[in-house]
Amino acid sequence: MSNFWHWYIIIITVGTLVATIWFLLWTSRLRIPSTKEEDGSETTGHVWDEDLRELNNPLPRWWLGLFWITIVFSILYLVLYPGLGRYEGVLGWSQSEQYEQEMAQARAAFEQRFGHFDDLSLSELADDPQAVQMGRNLYAHNCSTCHGSDARGARGYPNLTDDHWIWGGNPSQIEHSVVQGRQAAMPPWGDALGEDGVTRTAVYVQKLAGKPVDETMATAGRQNYMQFCASCHGAEGKGNPALGAPDLTTGVYTYGGDLDTLRATIRNGRNGVMPAQNDLIGETRARLAAAYILSLKENGSGTGAQAAE
Amino acid sequence: MPRQSLIGVNNCLKRSKRIRLHHDSHRNNNPMNQKNQTYNDRVVRQFAVMTVVWGIVGMLVGVIIAAQLIWPDLTYGIEWLSYGRLRPLHTNAVIFAFGGSALFATSYYVVQRTCQARLFSDKLSAFTFWGWQAVIVGAAITLPLGKTMGKEYAELEWPLALLVALVWVAYAVVFFGTIVMRKIKHIYVANWFFGAYILTIAVLHIVNNISIPAGMWKSYPVYSGAVDAMVQWWYGHNAVGFFLTAGFLGMMYYFVPRQANRPIYSYRLSIVHFWSLIAIYMWAGPHHLHYTALPDWAQTLGMVFSLILLAPSWGGMINGIMTLSGAWHKLRTDPILRFMIVALSFYGMSTFEGPMMSIKTVNSLSHYTDWTIGHVHSGALGWVAMISIGSLYTLFPRLWGVEKMHSTRAIEWHFWTSTIGTVLYITAMWAAGLMQGLMWRTFNDDGTLTYTFIEVLKRTEPYYALRLLGGVVFLSGMFFMIWNVYKTWQNAPDRARSVAIPQPQSA
Repeated sequence: MSNFWHWYIIIITVGTLVATIWFLLWTSRLRIPSTKEEDGSETTGHVWDEDLRELNNPLPRWWLGLFWITIVFSILYLVLYPGLGRYEGVLGWSQSEQYEQEMAQARAAFEQRFGHFDDLSLSELADDPQAVQMGRNLYAHNCSTCHGSDARGARGYPNLTDDHWIWGGNPSQIEHSVVQGRQAAMPPWGDALGEDGVTRTAVYVQKLAGKPVDETMATAGRQNYMQFCASCHGAEGKGNPALGAPDLTTGVYTYGGDLDTLRATIRNGRNGVMPAQNDLIGETRARLAAAYILSLKENGSGTGAQAAE
Repeated sequence: MPRQSLIGVNNCLKRSKRIRLHHDSHRNNNPMNQKNQTYNDRVVRQFAVMTVVWGIVGMLVGVIIAAQLIWPDLTYGIEWLSYGRLRPLHTNAVIFAFGGSALFATSYYVVQRTCQARLFSDKLSAFTFWGWQAVIVGAAITLPLGKTMGKEYAELEWPLALLVALVWVAYAVVFFGTIVMRKIKHIYVANWFFGAYILTIAVLHIVNNISIPAGMWKSYPVYSGAVDAMVQWWYGHNAVGFFLTAGFLGMMYYFVPRQANRPIYSYRLSIVHFWSLIAIYMWAGPHHLHYTALPDWAQTLGMVFSLILLAPSWGGMINGIMTLSGAWHKLRTDPILRFMIVALSFYGMSTFEGPMMSIKTVNSLSHYTDWTIGHVHSGALGWVAMISIGSLYTLFPRLWGVEKMHSTRAIEWHFWTSTIGTVLYITAMWAAGLMQGLMWRTFNDDGTLTYTFIEVLKRTEPYYALRLLGGVVFLSGMFFMIWNVYKTWQNAPDRARSVAIPQPQSA
């Protein structure tokens, strides 16, 4: 803060307080001439709109006392806390310092109580009730927005309670997905396939999941599939967890398995992102959230509910 | 300026006045209707009736959005009727359409009666009426379409904001022009408050709306970052202070003594609380931005001046309530006076609650919760709406030359629905707000929050239902009012009458 603004703030603040104090002292000595009315009351003698008058009563003492108390409190507060320009106040308090202190305390307490979790593997964490409970809390605040508070996902966000894992369901794969994040990259094929090609391929993808479809279309679509899709999703459509290419034979879809949605997926591609929790909540917490997800799988609480359709 | 030329100007003014008088009397042979000898009650009647209409519209929108918080799909996902679009419509409609029309009506009435002068200009005052209605209709169209500045209580985009500025300048010219033309030496206390409100709102509105247009319905403020936030809440809090407090205190200072038929309690208190109120309100804005990117010093100043504001605010309550001393028995029989006393009580409560909420420690609990919504509505329903309703019930019979409103029983019903509706609403929001604040700050040992967003929301739902009920009860009272107003109008023998200005004794 420059000198100008420092003094500007001080002068108008102190000036306003001094003016208020002066005003209170001045008005309490101010004599207002009175007129005695017929009924004995004392008014200022002014009359408006035929009969509106005002009495000449003094200020209520308790009210004036209240006014003074708030002024005295404010002066004390301005001495103790930052308010007058650069002046930091006797207590030296600032909100950023309070924040830093509270965060440091919380971090220290966390390290002390939960630091040992760093030494356990994800499977061990998933068997530790305290770790799972913490993971559940972390999940509720950081993951449920997309994957749902029951972890069953939503359109575009995979169900975490079933047996279908786009990026793999073993502990190290789950840990990677949560801690490091994932970036899917299904390219758009609309230009390469043309609108008819897109539709044929979508029909074949439905056939892969065992859906009754138009066989002529599916056969034609298979050629497109082998040419453009098989490199990631596999010749049999079983997918590839290393690439995040979903298994197309299960009938479980992230974005939906109806013909229009499949066509949109093939035409425009999909670029789903799982943000790296390491950057957001740190590795210890991210691993605990991953342990909770793993526990859902291991405890068989997953019902294998189908995400789409 | 030499004396000679002053006399010249004076003569010139006199001559033009004579010509105007001659012109008027030529047009209108009935001496009672000679324009400068009667009050302009036409524009008062227009604004008064529209107050009731916009009150119903604004409160109905409020009820709809309250219901949307319980049934999110209530409006079938139509984007124009979504919560985010309707909420600014609700706030604009109740503050500026309902509250604004009430202030126009009462200030135009009061300034004429207490100055014993006709409004400065019939044309300009008519422009303020039609201009203001155009702004309201414009808001009702553009806000649901999503055309917004995104500044709370200053959402209207630049073309409408410009029209508001024009209307407001015309308002100031009419109001202060009438004060200048007054036949009574002393300026009545209600006019001090109306004057302060008109001047300050002009400054606030213009400064907060300085922006660069980027198309017909899009603009960007010239301020950025924390400065923009500070300008916005300097505006926002003074809109509360000068529009919703000073303006309605002006209303109170005329209609309470008028209805109670008692003198104002203390002239000295009027002086002290008026000047301290308008001087200190200006500082309170930063308390809307506690614990944000706003520098510590600005937050501190916002807090301490909000605390000092307690006594100046209460000065108005004391002066209003004590004006009734010697007339307490009238409360038993007069529901209009009851409206006013309950309004003053809610005013006192809100202006105590406000300084308390501006204390940083309290604010860290109350901020962002429904407590704030409760606080706002104890002011909006309890104070602003009830003092306006009481004043309008005093005003309507005088505007149409009848002794009293058509039905006192309907006013009774309106009084009880308003009071019960307000109490239901604010207690629901207080309870919800406290609960939310406490749930949000509960942590687990591991540093995570104990309650998730959805858990807090589920616990809030019953309070939302209670709030909706309060809103419905309050709104229902407005239907008693519009029926009563219609009946009073229907039975009035001379609806468009002109009231002669009494000749001052000292003239």
